[in-house]
Amino acid sequence: MTQRRIHDIAHARAGDKGNTSNVSVWAYDPKDYPLLKQQLTAERIANAFPKLFTGAVTRYEMDGLHGLNFVMLDALEGGVNTSLNLDSHGKSFSYLILGLPIEE
Amino acid sequence: MNTIRLGCGAGFSSDRLGPAVDLAQRGALDYLVFECIGERTMAFGHRDRMLDTNRGYNPQLGARMRGVLAHCHANGTKIVTNMGVANPRAAALLVIDIARKLGLHGLKVACVEGDDVTHLIGPDTAFMDHPGTVADVGLRMVGANVYLGVEALLPALEAGADVVIAGRIADPSLFLSPLVHRFGWKLDDWTALGRGTLAGHLMECGMQITGGYFADPGFKDVPRLADCGFPIAEVAADGSFVITKLDDTGGCVTTATVKEQLLYEVHDPRAYLTPDVVADFSGVSVSEIGHDRVQVTGANGHKRPEQLKVTIGFDGGFLGEGGVSYAGPNAKARAALAAEVVRERLTRINRLGGDLRVDLVGLNALHQTAEQPVGDANDVRLHVALRSTDRDDIDTMLWEVESLLCCGPAGGGGYRGQITPCVVTHSCLIDRSAVAPSFEMFVA
Repeated sequence: MTQRRIHDIAHARAGDKGNTSNVSVWAYDPKDYPLLKQQLTAERIANAFPKLFTGAVTRYEMDGLHGLNFVMLDALEGGVNTSLNLDSHGKSFSYLILGLPIEE
Repeated sequence: MNTIRLGCGAGFSSDRLGPAVDLAQRGALDYLVFECIGERTMAFGHRDRMLDTNRGYNPQLGARMRGVLAHCHANGTKIVTNMGVANPRAAALLVIDIARKLGLHGLKVACVEGDDVTHLIGPDTAFMDHPGTVADVGLRMVGANVYLGVEALLPALEAGADVVIAGRIADPSLFLSPLVHRFGWKLDDWTALGRGTLAGHLMECGMQITGGYFADPGFKDVPRLADCGFPIAEVAADGSFVITKLDDTGGCVTTATVKEQLLYEVHDPRAYLTPDVVADFSGVSVSEIGHDRVQVTGANGHKRPEQLKVTIGFDGGFLGEGGVSYAGPNAKARAALAAEVVRERLTRINRLGGDLRVDLVGLNALHQTAEQPVGDANDVRLHVALRSTDRDDIDTMLWEVESLLCCGPAGGGGYRGQITPCVVTHSCLIDRSAVAPSFEMFVA
Protein backbone atom coordinates (compact mmCIF):
# COMPACT_ATOMS: atom_id res chain seq x y z
CA MET A 1 0.00 0.00 0.00
CA THR A 2 1.37 3.40 -0.95
CA GLN A 3 1.90 5.84 1.84
CA ARG A 4 -1.03 8.15 2.49
CA ARG A 5 -0.47 11.89 2.44
CA ILE A 6 -2.24 14.71 4.26
CA HIS A 7 -3.78 15.47 0.84
CA ASP A 8 -5.81 12.27 1.14
CA ILE A 9 -7.68 13.47 4.22
CA ALA A 10 -7.59 17.27 4.11
CA HIS A 11 -7.81 20.37 1.93
CA ALA A 12 -5.97 23.66 2.41
CA ARG A 13 -5.55 27.26 1.30
CA ALA A 14 -2.56 29.57 1.69
CA GLY A 15 -2.52 33.32 2.20
CA ASP A 16 0.19 35.94 2.62
CA LYS A 17 0.75 39.18 4.49
CA GLY A 18 4.18 40.73 4.08
CA ASN A 19 6.76 38.03 4.79
CA THR A 20 4.25 35.95 6.77
CA SER A 21 2.44 32.99 5.26
CA ASN A 22 -0.63 31.26 6.65
CA VAL A 23 -2.03 27.92 5.55
CA SER A 24 -5.36 26.64 6.84
CA VAL A 25 -5.85 22.87 6.65
CA TRP A 26 -9.31 21.27 6.94
CA ALA A 27 -10.24 17.63 7.44
CA TYR A 28 -12.76 16.44 4.83
CA ASP A 29 -14.23 14.02 7.36
CA PRO A 30 -14.57 15.14 11.00
CA LYS A 31 -13.44 11.62 11.96
CA ASP A 32 -9.99 12.40 10.51
CA TYR A 33 -9.58 15.63 12.47
CA PRO A 34 -7.87 14.01 15.49
CA LEU A 35 -5.41 12.33 13.11
CA LEU A 36 -4.80 15.64 11.32
CA LYS A 37 -4.20 17.34 14.65
CA GLN A 38 -1.82 14.62 15.74
CA GLN A 39 0.09 14.65 12.42
CA LEU A 40 0.38 18.36 11.75
CA THR A 41 2.00 19.94 14.76
CA ALA A 42 3.70 23.32 14.50
CA GLU A 43 6.99 21.55 15.21
CA ARG A 44 6.51 19.16 12.31
CA ILE A 45 5.81 21.99 9.85
CA ALA A 46 8.83 23.94 11.06
CA ASN A 47 11.11 20.90 10.95
CA ALA A 48 9.88 19.71 7.55
CA PHE A 49 10.89 22.90 5.70
CA PRO A 50 13.53 24.68 7.78
CA LYS A 51 15.11 26.53 4.83
CA LEU A 52 11.75 27.98 3.77
CA PHE A 53 10.00 28.57 7.08
CA THR A 54 12.84 30.38 8.81
CA GLY A 55 10.74 32.03 11.53
CA ALA A 56 8.37 30.85 14.21
CA VAL A 57 5.46 28.58 13.27
CA THR A 58 2.23 28.91 15.28
CA ARG A 59 -0.77 26.60 15.08
CA TYR A 60 -4.32 27.79 15.79
CA GLU A 61 -7.05 25.19 16.22
CA MET A 62 -10.61 25.47 14.94
CA ASP A 63 -12.02 22.39 16.67
CA GLY A 64 -15.61 23.27 15.82
CA LEU A 65 -14.87 23.31 12.09
CA HIS A 66 -12.19 20.60 12.08
CA GLY A 67 -9.43 22.83 10.82
CA LEU A 68 -5.96 24.03 11.74
CA ASN A 69 -4.36 27.35 10.85
CA PHE A 70 -0.59 27.56 10.56
CA VAL A 71 1.09 30.96 10.67
CA MET A 72 4.70 31.00 9.50
CA LEU A 73 6.79 34.11 10.14
CA ASP A 74 9.66 34.93 7.75
CA ALA A 75 8.37 32.27 5.40
CA LEU A 76 8.07 33.96 2.03
CA GLU A 77 11.70 34.42 1.00
CA GLY A 78 11.34 38.12 1.77
CA GLY A 79 7.71 38.40 0.75
CA VAL A 80 6.04 39.35 -2.49
CA ASN A 81 8.18 42.50 -2.73
CA THR A 82 11.56 40.86 -2.83
CA SER A 83 11.08 37.14 -3.39
CA LEU A 84 12.35 35.80 -6.70
CA ASN A 85 10.20 32.69 -6.36
CA LEU A 86 7.84 32.43 -9.36
CA ASP A 87 5.17 32.04 -6.67
CA SER A 88 6.18 35.07 -4.66
CA HIS A 89 2.94 34.98 -2.64
CA GLY A 90 3.55 31.40 -1.49
CA LYS A 91 0.15 30.40 -2.87
CA SER A 92 1.45 26.88 -3.49
CA PHE A 93 2.53 26.36 0.13
CA SER A 94 -0.89 24.82 0.80
CA TYR A 95 0.14 21.88 -1.36
CA LEU A 96 3.59 21.76 0.22
CA ILE A 97 1.88 20.92 3.51
CA LEU A 98 -0.72 18.64 1.89
CA GLY A 99 2.19 16.69 0.36
CA LEU A 100 3.50 15.62 3.77
CA PRO A 101 3.13 11.88 4.41
CA ILE A 102 0.82 10.58 7.12
CA GLU A 103 3.13 8.87 9.57
CA GLU A 104 1.25 5.78 10.79
CA MET B 1 -37.64 38.98 5.87
CA ASN B 2 -35.48 42.01 6.41
CA THR B 3 -32.20 41.08 4.78
CA ILE B 4 -29.67 43.00 2.74
CA ARG B 5 -28.28 41.39 -0.40
CA LEU B 6 -24.62 42.15 -1.01
CA GLY B 7 -22.80 41.03 -4.13
CA CYS B 8 -19.11 40.96 -4.85
CA GLY B 9 -18.22 42.20 -8.32
CA ALA B 10 -14.45 41.86 -8.00
CA GLY B 11 -12.13 40.29 -5.46
CA PHE B 12 -8.90 41.65 -6.87
CA SER B 13 -7.75 44.27 -9.36
CA SER B 14 -7.78 42.00 -12.42
CA ASP B 15 -10.89 39.99 -11.55
CA ARG B 16 -13.39 38.98 -14.23
CA LEU B 17 -16.01 41.37 -15.56
CA GLY B 18 -18.73 39.07 -16.94
CA PRO B 19 -19.90 37.55 -13.64
CA ALA B 20 -20.10 41.08 -12.16
CA VAL B 21 -22.36 42.22 -15.01
CA ASP B 22 -24.43 39.08 -14.43
CA LEU B 23 -24.86 39.97 -10.74
CA ALA B 24 -25.72 43.58 -11.57
CA GLN B 25 -28.33 42.41 -14.05
CA ARG B 26 -29.94 39.48 -12.23
CA GLY B 27 -28.70 39.51 -8.64
CA ALA B 28 -31.51 41.63 -7.15
CA LEU B 29 -28.77 43.22 -5.08
CA ASP B 30 -28.96 46.09 -2.67
CA TYR B 31 -25.21 46.69 -2.99
CA LEU B 32 -22.54 45.56 -5.43
CA VAL B 33 -19.04 45.83 -3.99
CA PHE B 34 -15.80 45.81 -5.96
CA GLU B 35 -12.64 45.11 -3.93
CA CYS B 36 -9.63 45.85 -6.11
CA ILE B 37 -6.63 46.86 -3.96
CA GLY B 38 -3.70 44.87 -2.70
CA GLU B 39 -0.61 46.31 -1.04
CA ARG B 40 1.26 46.33 -4.32
CA THR B 41 -1.70 47.57 -6.39
CA MET B 42 -1.78 50.60 -4.14
CA ALA B 43 1.88 51.39 -4.80
CA PHE B 44 1.41 50.89 -8.54
CA GLY B 45 -1.50 53.34 -8.35
CA HIS B 46 0.81 55.97 -6.89
CA ARG B 47 3.34 55.33 -9.64
CA ASP B 48 0.66 55.72 -12.30
CA ARG B 49 -0.49 58.97 -10.74
CA MET B 50 3.07 60.33 -10.70
CA LEU B 51 3.28 59.71 -14.46
CA ASP B 52 -0.18 61.19 -15.17
CA THR B 53 -2.16 63.16 -12.59
CA ASN B 54 -5.41 61.92 -14.17
CA ARG B 55 -4.47 58.28 -13.51
CA GLY B 56 -3.79 56.18 -10.45
CA TYR B 57 -7.18 54.48 -10.20
CA ASN B 58 -8.00 50.88 -11.14
CA PRO B 59 -7.24 50.41 -14.85
CA GLN B 60 -10.45 48.36 -15.29
CA LEU B 61 -12.69 50.96 -13.63
CA GLY B 62 -14.05 52.23 -16.95
CA ALA B 63 -14.80 48.77 -18.33
CA ARG B 64 -16.45 47.69 -15.09
CA MET B 65 -18.65 50.78 -14.86
CA ARG B 66 -19.67 50.59 -18.52
CA GLY B 67 -20.68 46.99 -17.80
CA VAL B 68 -22.70 47.38 -14.60
CA LEU B 69 -23.76 50.99 -14.14
CA ALA B 70 -26.98 50.94 -16.21
CA HIS B 71 -28.08 47.62 -14.65
CA CYS B 72 -27.38 48.87 -11.13
CA HIS B 73 -29.27 52.08 -11.84
CA ALA B 74 -32.28 50.16 -13.21
CA ASN B 75 -32.32 47.71 -10.30
CA GLY B 76 -31.71 50.16 -7.46
CA THR B 77 -28.35 48.61 -6.64
CA LYS B 78 -25.76 50.87 -5.12
CA ILE B 79 -22.05 50.42 -5.74
CA VAL B 80 -19.25 50.59 -3.16
CA THR B 81 -15.65 50.23 -4.30
CA ASN B 82 -12.02 51.00 -3.58
CA MET B 83 -11.26 51.27 -7.29
CA GLY B 84 -10.16 54.87 -6.69
CA VAL B 85 -6.84 53.38 -5.52
CA ALA B 86 -4.42 56.35 -5.46
CA ASN B 87 -6.77 58.82 -7.17
CA PRO B 88 -10.44 58.50 -6.07
CA ARG B 89 -11.28 61.98 -7.37
CA ALA B 90 -10.19 61.22 -10.94
CA ALA B 91 -11.99 57.88 -10.65
CA ALA B 92 -15.23 59.57 -9.56
CA LEU B 93 -15.01 61.99 -12.48
CA LEU B 94 -14.55 59.08 -14.88
CA VAL B 95 -17.65 57.40 -13.45
CA ILE B 96 -19.61 60.65 -13.85
CA ASP B 97 -18.47 60.85 -17.46
CA ILE B 98 -19.57 57.27 -18.14
CA ALA B 99 -22.92 57.84 -16.39
CA ARG B 100 -23.61 60.86 -18.61
CA LYS B 101 -22.74 58.92 -21.75
CA LEU B 102 -25.14 56.19 -20.61
CA GLY B 103 -27.85 58.81 -20.03
CA LEU B 104 -27.94 58.19 -16.27
CA HIS B 105 -28.47 61.84 -15.42
CA GLY B 106 -28.72 62.62 -11.73
CA LEU B 107 -26.56 59.64 -10.69
CA LYS B 108 -24.71 60.56 -7.51
CA VAL B 109 -21.07 59.55 -7.22
CA ALA B 110 -19.19 60.17 -3.97
CA CYS B 111 -15.42 60.28 -3.86
CA VAL B 112 -13.98 59.43 -0.44
CA GLU B 113 -10.56 60.83 0.43
CA GLY B 114 -8.27 61.02 3.43
CA ASP B 115 -6.52 57.67 3.15
CA ASP B 116 -3.47 59.24 1.53
CA VAL B 117 -1.19 59.98 4.48
CA THR B 118 2.05 60.39 2.55
CA HIS B 119 2.55 63.74 4.31
CA LEU B 120 2.62 62.00 7.71
CA ILE B 121 5.49 59.70 6.75
CA GLY B 122 9.09 60.81 7.16
CA PRO B 123 12.55 59.25 6.99
CA ASP B 124 12.33 58.36 10.70
CA THR B 125 8.98 56.56 10.46
CA ALA B 126 9.48 53.12 12.02
CA PHE B 127 7.91 49.94 10.61
CA MET B 128 5.38 47.95 12.62
CA ASP B 129 6.35 44.33 12.07
CA HIS B 130 10.13 44.41 11.63
CA PRO B 131 13.01 46.68 12.57
CA GLY B 132 13.98 49.65 10.42
CA THR B 133 12.72 52.99 9.19
CA VAL B 134 11.72 54.54 5.87
CA ALA B 135 15.24 55.92 5.44
CA ASP B 136 16.72 52.42 5.83
CA VAL B 137 14.85 51.16 2.76
CA GLY B 138 16.98 53.27 0.45
CA LEU B 139 14.31 53.46 -2.23
CA ARG B 140 12.12 56.33 -3.42
CA MET B 141 8.80 56.47 -1.53
CA VAL B 142 5.83 56.71 -3.90
CA GLY B 143 3.02 57.11 -1.38
CA ALA B 144 1.48 55.95 1.89
CA ASN B 145 -2.14 55.05 2.65
CA VAL B 146 -3.94 54.34 5.87
CA TYR B 147 -6.58 51.61 6.05
CA LEU B 148 -9.87 53.41 6.65
CA GLY B 149 -13.04 51.74 7.92
CA VAL B 150 -16.79 52.23 7.84
CA GLU B 151 -16.59 55.71 9.34
CA ALA B 152 -15.04 56.96 6.11
CA LEU B 153 -17.81 55.53 3.91
CA LEU B 154 -20.92 56.11 6.06
CA PRO B 155 -21.29 59.87 5.41
CA ALA B 156 -21.30 59.25 1.65
CA LEU B 157 -23.91 56.49 1.98
CA GLU B 158 -26.02 58.67 4.25
CA ALA B 159 -25.86 61.48 1.69
CA GLY B 160 -27.51 59.15 -0.82
CA ALA B 161 -24.60 58.25 -3.06
CA ASP B 162 -25.39 55.72 -5.79
CA VAL B 163 -21.70 54.99 -6.23
CA VAL B 164 -19.13 55.37 -3.45
CA ILE B 165 -15.59 55.33 -4.74
CA ALA B 166 -12.67 55.33 -2.34
CA GLY B 167 -9.03 54.37 -2.09
CA ARG B 168 -7.52 52.35 0.75
CA ILE B 169 -10.47 51.05 2.73
CA ALA B 170 -10.01 47.83 4.74
CA ASP B 171 -11.47 45.14 2.48
CA PRO B 172 -14.24 43.89 4.83
CA SER B 173 -15.25 47.48 5.64
CA LEU B 174 -16.43 47.94 2.05
CA PHE B 175 -19.12 45.31 2.76
CA LEU B 176 -19.69 46.26 6.39
CA SER B 177 -20.50 49.90 5.59
CA PRO B 178 -23.83 49.27 3.83
CA LEU B 179 -24.85 46.94 6.70
CA VAL B 180 -24.09 49.57 9.33
CA HIS B 181 -25.86 52.17 7.21
CA ARG B 182 -29.02 50.15 6.56
CA PHE B 183 -29.33 48.27 9.86
CA GLY B 184 -28.30 51.26 11.96
CA TRP B 185 -25.70 49.27 13.86
CA LYS B 186 -23.86 51.34 16.45
CA LEU B 187 -20.14 51.76 15.87
CA ASP B 188 -19.44 50.21 19.27
CA ASP B 189 -21.75 47.23 18.77
CA TRP B 190 -18.71 44.96 18.53
CA THR B 191 -20.74 41.77 18.05
CA ALA B 192 -22.67 43.14 15.08
CA LEU B 193 -19.52 44.67 13.60
CA GLY B 194 -17.66 41.39 14.08
CA ARG B 195 -20.41 39.48 12.26
CA GLY B 196 -20.63 42.00 9.42
CA THR B 197 -16.85 41.97 9.15
CA LEU B 198 -16.96 38.19 8.73
CA ALA B 199 -19.49 38.61 5.91
CA GLY B 200 -17.14 41.12 4.29
CA HIS B 201 -14.09 38.95 4.84
CA LEU B 202 -15.80 35.96 3.21
CA MET B 203 -17.03 38.03 0.26
CA GLU B 204 -13.95 40.15 -0.40
CA CYS B 205 -12.13 37.63 -2.60
CA GLY B 206 -15.02 37.04 -4.98
CA MET B 207 -15.04 33.53 -6.40
CA GLN B 208 -12.71 32.19 -3.73
CA ILE B 209 -15.93 31.31 -1.89
CA THR B 210 -17.99 30.10 -4.86
CA GLY B 211 -15.58 27.44 -6.09
CA GLY B 212 -12.80 29.55 -7.55
CA TYR B 213 -9.31 28.75 -6.30
CA PHE B 214 -10.73 25.56 -4.83
CA ALA B 215 -10.88 22.81 -7.47
CA ASP B 216 -8.57 19.80 -7.05
CA PRO B 217 -9.81 17.20 -9.55
CA GLY B 218 -10.79 13.91 -7.96
CA PHE B 219 -10.61 15.45 -4.48
CA LYS B 220 -12.53 18.71 -4.66
CA ASP B 221 -14.50 18.83 -7.90
CA VAL B 222 -16.22 22.04 -8.90
CA PRO B 223 -19.02 22.05 -11.49
CA ARG B 224 -18.59 24.32 -14.52
CA LEU B 225 -15.60 26.19 -13.15
CA ALA B 226 -15.26 28.22 -16.36
CA ASP B 227 -18.70 29.73 -15.71
CA CYS B 228 -18.17 30.33 -12.00
CA GLY B 229 -20.43 32.99 -10.50
CA PHE B 230 -19.53 35.72 -8.02
CA PRO B 231 -20.93 35.41 -4.47
CA ILE B 232 -23.99 36.91 -2.85
CA ALA B 233 -24.42 37.41 0.91
CA GLU B 234 -27.94 37.66 2.34
CA VAL B 235 -27.35 39.40 5.65
CA ALA B 236 -29.93 39.56 8.44
CA ALA B 237 -30.24 42.39 10.94
CA ASP B 238 -28.56 40.30 13.65
CA GLY B 239 -25.48 39.89 11.43
CA SER B 240 -26.02 36.23 10.57
CA PHE B 241 -25.94 35.57 6.86
CA VAL B 242 -26.19 33.10 4.01
CA ILE B 243 -23.56 32.87 1.29
CA THR B 244 -24.95 31.88 -2.09
CA LYS B 245 -24.70 32.62 -5.82
CA LEU B 246 -26.97 32.84 -8.85
CA ASP B 247 -28.59 29.46 -9.56
CA ASP B 248 -27.49 28.89 -13.11
CA THR B 249 -23.87 29.98 -12.71
CA GLY B 250 -20.98 27.54 -12.38
CA GLY B 251 -19.07 26.86 -9.20
CA CYS B 252 -20.41 25.82 -5.81
CA VAL B 253 -20.96 27.18 -2.31
CA THR B 254 -20.31 24.49 0.30
CA THR B 255 -19.12 24.39 3.89
CA ALA B 256 -15.69 23.51 2.47
CA THR B 257 -15.47 26.57 0.19
CA VAL B 258 -16.62 28.77 3.08
CA LYS B 259 -14.13 27.28 5.55
CA GLU B 260 -11.15 27.72 3.22
CA GLN B 261 -12.02 31.38 2.80
CA LEU B 262 -12.76 31.84 6.51
CA LEU B 263 -9.06 31.77 7.43
CA TYR B 264 -7.66 33.15 4.16
CA GLU B 265 -4.95 35.65 5.14
CA VAL B 266 -6.05 35.34 8.77
CA HIS B 267 -3.54 34.73 11.54
CA ASP B 268 -5.17 34.39 14.97
CA PRO B 269 -8.85 33.47 14.32
CA ARG B 270 -9.71 35.16 17.63
CA ALA B 271 -8.27 38.51 16.59
CA TYR B 272 -8.83 39.65 13.02
CA LEU B 273 -7.99 43.35 13.12
CA THR B 274 -9.76 45.96 11.02
CA PRO B 275 -10.20 49.71 11.63
CA ASP B 276 -13.76 48.93 12.81
CA VAL B 277 -13.42 46.00 15.19
CA VAL B 278 -11.25 43.16 16.40
CA ALA B 279 -13.31 40.35 14.92
CA ASP B 280 -13.37 36.88 16.49
CA PHE B 281 -13.98 33.98 14.10
CA SER B 282 -13.17 31.22 16.61
CA GLY B 283 -16.78 30.31 17.34
CA VAL B 284 -18.10 30.40 13.78
CA SER B 285 -20.53 27.70 12.59
CA VAL B 286 -21.29 26.90 8.97
CA SER B 287 -24.18 24.77 7.73
CA GLU B 288 -25.55 23.90 4.31
CA ILE B 289 -29.20 24.93 4.38
CA GLY B 290 -29.81 24.35 0.67
CA HIS B 291 -28.08 23.80 -2.65
CA ASP B 292 -25.27 26.35 -2.87
CA ARG B 293 -26.54 28.01 0.30
CA VAL B 294 -24.37 28.08 3.42
CA GLN B 295 -25.48 29.78 6.60
CA VAL B 296 -22.77 31.38 8.72
CA THR B 297 -23.31 32.28 12.38
CA GLY B 298 -21.35 32.75 15.58
CA ALA B 299 -18.80 35.45 14.80
CA ASN B 300 -18.07 37.91 17.55
CA GLY B 301 -16.13 41.13 18.02
CA HIS B 302 -14.19 43.23 20.48
CA LYS B 303 -13.26 46.89 20.76
CA ARG B 304 -11.54 48.27 17.67
CA PRO B 305 -7.77 48.94 17.65
CA GLU B 306 -6.55 52.36 18.76
CA GLN B 307 -4.04 52.64 15.94
CA LEU B 308 -4.49 52.26 12.20
CA LYS B 309 -2.28 50.42 9.76
CA VAL B 310 -0.51 52.28 6.98
CA THR B 311 1.05 50.77 3.86
CA ILE B 312 4.03 52.68 2.52
CA GLY B 313 4.98 52.06 -1.10
CA PHE B 314 8.43 52.42 -2.63
CA ASP B 315 9.72 52.27 -6.19
CA GLY B 316 11.43 48.88 -6.28
CA GLY B 317 13.20 49.02 -9.64
CA PHE B 318 12.73 46.12 -12.01
CA LEU B 319 12.21 42.38 -12.09
CA GLY B 320 13.68 40.61 -15.12
CA GLU B 321 12.65 37.08 -16.02
CA GLY B 322 14.04 34.99 -18.85
CA GLY B 323 13.69 31.34 -19.78
CA VAL B 324 14.66 28.58 -22.19
CA SER B 325 13.11 25.07 -22.37
CA TYR B 326 14.62 21.61 -22.78
CA ALA B 327 12.61 18.50 -23.67
CA GLY B 328 13.15 14.84 -24.49
CA PRO B 329 16.00 12.49 -23.50
CA ASN B 330 18.28 13.85 -20.77
CA ALA B 331 16.26 17.12 -20.58
CA LYS B 332 16.85 17.41 -16.84
CA ALA B 333 20.65 17.22 -17.19
CA ARG B 334 20.72 19.69 -20.07
CA ALA B 335 18.55 22.19 -18.20
CA ALA B 336 20.70 21.79 -15.09
CA LEU B 337 23.81 22.48 -17.17
CA ALA B 338 22.14 25.57 -18.64
CA ALA B 339 21.46 26.78 -15.10
CA GLU B 340 25.12 26.27 -14.20
CA VAL B 341 26.29 28.18 -17.28
CA VAL B 342 23.95 31.09 -16.62
CA ARG B 343 25.01 31.38 -12.99
CA GLU B 344 28.67 31.38 -13.96
CA ARG B 345 28.22 33.89 -16.78
CA LEU B 346 26.24 36.28 -14.60
CA THR B 347 28.27 36.16 -11.41
CA ARG B 348 31.86 35.36 -12.51
CA ILE B 349 32.01 37.04 -15.90
CA ASN B 350 29.42 39.85 -15.74
CA ARG B 351 29.74 40.37 -11.95
CA LEU B 352 26.08 41.28 -11.73
CA GLY B 353 24.64 42.83 -8.60
CA GLY B 354 21.10 42.32 -7.33
CA ASP B 355 19.28 39.18 -6.30
CA LEU B 356 19.48 36.28 -8.73
CA ARG B 357 17.45 33.07 -8.75
CA VAL B 358 17.60 30.16 -11.19
CA ASP B 359 14.75 27.62 -11.25
CA LEU B 360 14.14 24.46 -13.24
CA VAL B 361 10.42 24.57 -13.96
CA GLY B 362 9.02 21.06 -14.23
CA LEU B 363 11.48 19.69 -11.69
CA ASN B 364 11.34 22.02 -8.75
CA ALA B 365 10.62 25.71 -8.95
CA LEU B 366 7.97 26.93 -6.52
CA HIS B 367 9.17 24.64 -3.73
CA GLN B 368 12.89 24.88 -4.52
CA THR B 369 13.76 26.43 -1.18
CA ALA B 370 11.56 24.03 0.76
CA GLU B 371 12.61 20.64 -0.54
CA GLN B 372 14.92 18.74 -2.88
CA PRO B 373 13.52 17.77 -6.28
CA VAL B 374 12.51 14.15 -6.74
CA GLY B 375 12.17 12.15 -9.95
CA ASP B 376 12.85 13.03 -13.56
CA ALA B 377 11.06 15.17 -16.11
CA ASN B 378 10.76 15.12 -19.85
CA ASP B 379 10.14 18.84 -20.28
CA VAL B 380 12.10 21.29 -18.16
CA ARG B 381 12.24 25.07 -18.38
CA LEU B 382 15.15 27.10 -17.14
CA HIS B 383 13.74 30.20 -15.45
CA VAL B 384 16.09 32.99 -14.41
CA ALA B 385 14.93 35.91 -12.28
CA LEU B 386 16.85 39.01 -11.27
CA ARG B 387 15.66 42.01 -9.29
CA SER B 388 17.60 45.28 -9.56
CA THR B 389 17.18 49.02 -9.50
CA ASP B 390 19.60 49.14 -12.43
CA ARG B 391 17.82 48.29 -15.66
CA ASP B 392 21.14 47.63 -17.43
CA ASP B 393 21.70 44.65 -15.12
CA ILE B 394 18.35 43.23 -16.13
CA ASP B 395 19.15 43.68 -19.83
CA THR B 396 22.47 41.91 -19.32
CA MET B 397 20.75 38.98 -17.62
CA LEU B 398 18.19 38.60 -20.38
CA TRP B 399 20.93 38.76 -23.02
CA GLU B 400 22.84 35.98 -21.26
CA VAL B 401 19.76 33.76 -21.06
CA GLU B 402 18.95 34.31 -24.72
CA SER B 403 22.55 33.55 -25.69
CA LEU B 404 22.02 29.99 -24.44
CA LEU B 405 20.22 29.33 -27.72
CA CYS B 406 23.58 29.10 -29.52
CA CYS B 407 26.04 28.94 -26.63
CA GLY B 408 24.34 26.64 -24.12
CA PRO B 409 23.48 22.91 -23.96
CA ALA B 410 21.93 21.07 -26.90
CA GLY B 411 18.33 21.45 -27.94
CA GLY B 412 17.29 24.51 -25.93
CA GLY B 413 14.40 26.48 -27.37
CA GLY B 414 11.56 28.84 -26.65
CA TYR B 415 13.41 31.82 -25.21
CA ARG B 416 11.17 34.49 -23.69
CA GLY B 417 12.22 37.43 -21.59
CA GLN B 418 10.34 40.20 -19.85
CA ILE B 419 10.97 43.18 -17.60
CA THR B 420 8.36 44.17 -15.00
CA PRO B 421 8.42 47.35 -12.89
CA CYS B 422 8.49 46.57 -9.16
CA VAL B 423 7.27 48.15 -5.98
CA VAL B 424 8.23 47.45 -2.39
CA THR B 425 5.85 47.97 0.52
CA HIS B 426 6.26 48.25 4.26
CA SER B 427 3.75 48.92 7.04
CA CYS B 428 3.58 51.23 10.04
CA LEU B 429 0.94 52.34 12.55
CA ILE B 430 -0.51 55.80 13.12
CA ASP B 431 -2.94 57.23 15.61
CA ARG B 432 -6.58 57.38 14.60
CA SER B 433 -6.66 61.08 15.49
CA ALA B 434 -4.18 61.88 12.71
CA VAL B 435 -6.70 60.83 10.06
CA ALA B 436 -9.64 62.90 8.80
CA PRO B 437 -11.55 61.24 5.95
CA SER B 438 -13.95 63.31 3.88
CA PHE B 439 -16.16 62.92 0.82
CA GLU B 440 -17.33 64.99 -2.09
CA MET B 441 -20.48 64.28 -4.12
CA PHE B 442 -20.59 64.63 -7.89
CA VAL B 443 -23.84 64.45 -9.84
CA ALA B 444 -24.06 63.22 -13.44
